[in-house]
Amino acid sequence: MQDQWSVADLALTSRLLVGTGKFRSHALMRDALVASGAEVVTVALRRVDLDRAGEGDVLDFVPPGMHLLPNTSGAVDADEAVRLARLGRAGTGTSLVKLEVTPDPRTLAPDPIETLRAAERLVAEGFTVLPYCSADPVLCRHLEEAGCATVMPLGAWIGSNRGLRTRDAIEVIVAQAHVPVVVDAGLGVPSDAAEAMEVGADAVLVNTAIAVAGDPVRMAEAFALATRAGRLGHLAGRGAVLETAEASSPLTGFLS
Amino acid sequence: MSQPPGRFAQHLAGLPAPAFDGHDDDVTAALARPGLDVLPALLSPAALPRLEELAQRAREVTLQRFGRTVRLFAPLYVSNACLSSCTYCGFSKNLDVARKTLTVEQVVVEAQTLVGRGFKHLLLVAGEHRVEVSADYLVACVEELRSFVPSISVETQTWSDDTYARLVAAGLEGAVHYQETYDRGRYAETHLAGWKRDYDRRLSSTERAAESGVRRLGIGALLGLSADWRADVLAVAEHAVWLQRAYWRTEVTVSLPRIKPSASGFQPLVPVSDAEYVQAMCALRLAAPEAGLVLSTREPAALRDGLARIAVTSMSAGSSTEPGGYLTPGEAQEQFAVSDERSPAEVAAMLEAAGYEPVWKDAFPLVPG
Repeated sequence: MQDQWSVADLALTSRLLVGTGKFRSHALMRDALVASGAEVVTVALRRVDLDRAGEGDVLDFVPPGMHLLPNTSGAVDADEAVRLARLGRAGTGTSLVKLEVTPDPRTLAPDPIETLRAAERLVAEGFTVLPYCSADPVLCRHLEEAGCATVMPLGAWIGSNRGLRTRDAIEVIVAQAHVPVVVDAGLGVPSDAAEAMEVGADAVLVNTAIAVAGDPVRMAEAFALATRAGRLGHLAGRGAVLETAEASSPLTGFLS
Repeated sequence: MSQPPGRFAQHLAGLPAPAFDGHDDDVTAALARPGLDVLPALLSPAALPRLEELAQRAREVTLQRFGRTVRLFAPLYVSNACLSSCTYCGFSKNLDVARKTLTVEQVVVEAQTLVGRGFKHLLLVAGEHRVEVSADYLVACVEELRSFVPSISVETQTWSDDTYARLVAAGLEGAVHYQETYDRGRYAETHLAGWKRDYDRRLSSTERAAESGVRRLGIGALLGLSADWRADVLAVAEHAVWLQRAYWRTEVTVSLPRIKPSASGFQPLVPVSDAEYVQAMCALRLAAPEAGLVLSTREPAALRDGLARIAVTSMSAGSSTEPGGYLTPGEAQEQFAVSDERSPAEVAAMLEAAGYEPVWKDAFPLVPG
């Protein structure tokens, strides 16, 4: 079954996006990226060292053919995010950018105000902007109106592996969005990814849960399967949720 | 004129006197629900026989928060000139040792050498000499380095708000100020003269730096300086957590150096054993799970390798503690003798073999070019 989706003019098949942080080695990261079947991989510009290109920098271990999605991790306000995005475009040649503005290093919670400001400026500069944001339906509308290519509301605090804690808000965001909704951050186990996809997210982004798993390669494959399962479940359409049991063989069937 | 106590000093003064006389039951309870409130139990002698449990819990917390990564940095000593007299330090002004202050151009050359060895996070270190290592000099150093060093921190004397703000505008990321000991009486006995003699100026400097926009705050205690290392570890943990709450945009790192042989000839009041040192690091990790823990080459290789697997998140490697020591070693007095003499590449290889990613670059220039 062809079930493509797209980010701006980028046509994609896999609905699992992955990251490059927290792996115990670059080689292990590469194997996990391959096992994930993902077509898009996000990489923190703060970790990219163009001086070491070809000598063991993280970018050297991104499998060929994957679309690079540079992110502005570490930026604490719109100015820094915009400057990092420009450095990223100059260094990697892509106009895609995952916008992250996280002034609080403890929660790494996205700053809604600075994120929106940065998004408006980056869109004006011709970037394809994928903003990491709070699971806030109104903020997501603003980001969409600002011209973002997706919205990326968090499932739980980034890196927390706590699962889809924002499910109620994600349901609203999915129902109203005109751009793809990518649930980013906090998904801890494959069933979390399946849940997000069942709810109707267009895709999920998973990094920590894969990187810190006992066997990251196997976990990457598990997330790929779960993402696909959740998507199929969403497309299939679940049965109604009832307050009480409804017998599959009604007791009054003899009357008809 | 001495400074009035800062906000954290007032907070610290209001805390009850700690007791480290907990029993095994207290340790069990503290391990079940670790935090700042039960840190005395984790630091108590009763916790020492439970060190493996402490280490296992600390490792879990470190992995959860920081993953399998260790950030690498190098100290760059720019000067050993000093107007302060501190009884434990090889740079103390009363010592007759070879002094040197690098020119800004020499600082750039040393930095290029370190960048050539892989480093992107540099810590500029100096004694306390406000003529030779002036605010203008430091600002000039940061401005010259920022085009090729994405993360620049300083470990120098304390400065005024204005100077911290100038350094931030020049591209400074971090400022490190160890209190050495939080015990006022012992502080006075070991800091005899100079700018650093003022306990409250020293302790409030991190607050001034944070309020001026410095985003990485380094604090620490020099274990062995006071008779009660447990009280100093408790105080530094309180300090870290207080700073994180007061300045929510900042990252806080903590270091617990132990007294090392130096030109001062100083001997620790009470030596801290290796096991107690590991206990201190584990307890600190559990009480302040979000603080980065820094470990320098003061400690020997085997201990560093072990702690990298438990609690440490940032390490120096291949360090020289004399100004100019990377290119022209042996011309000036070092601050202290390093124990781990492995090269940066060897330390990185150790981390990789242990299943950790050595992080050479985790920063971006804070001001353009």
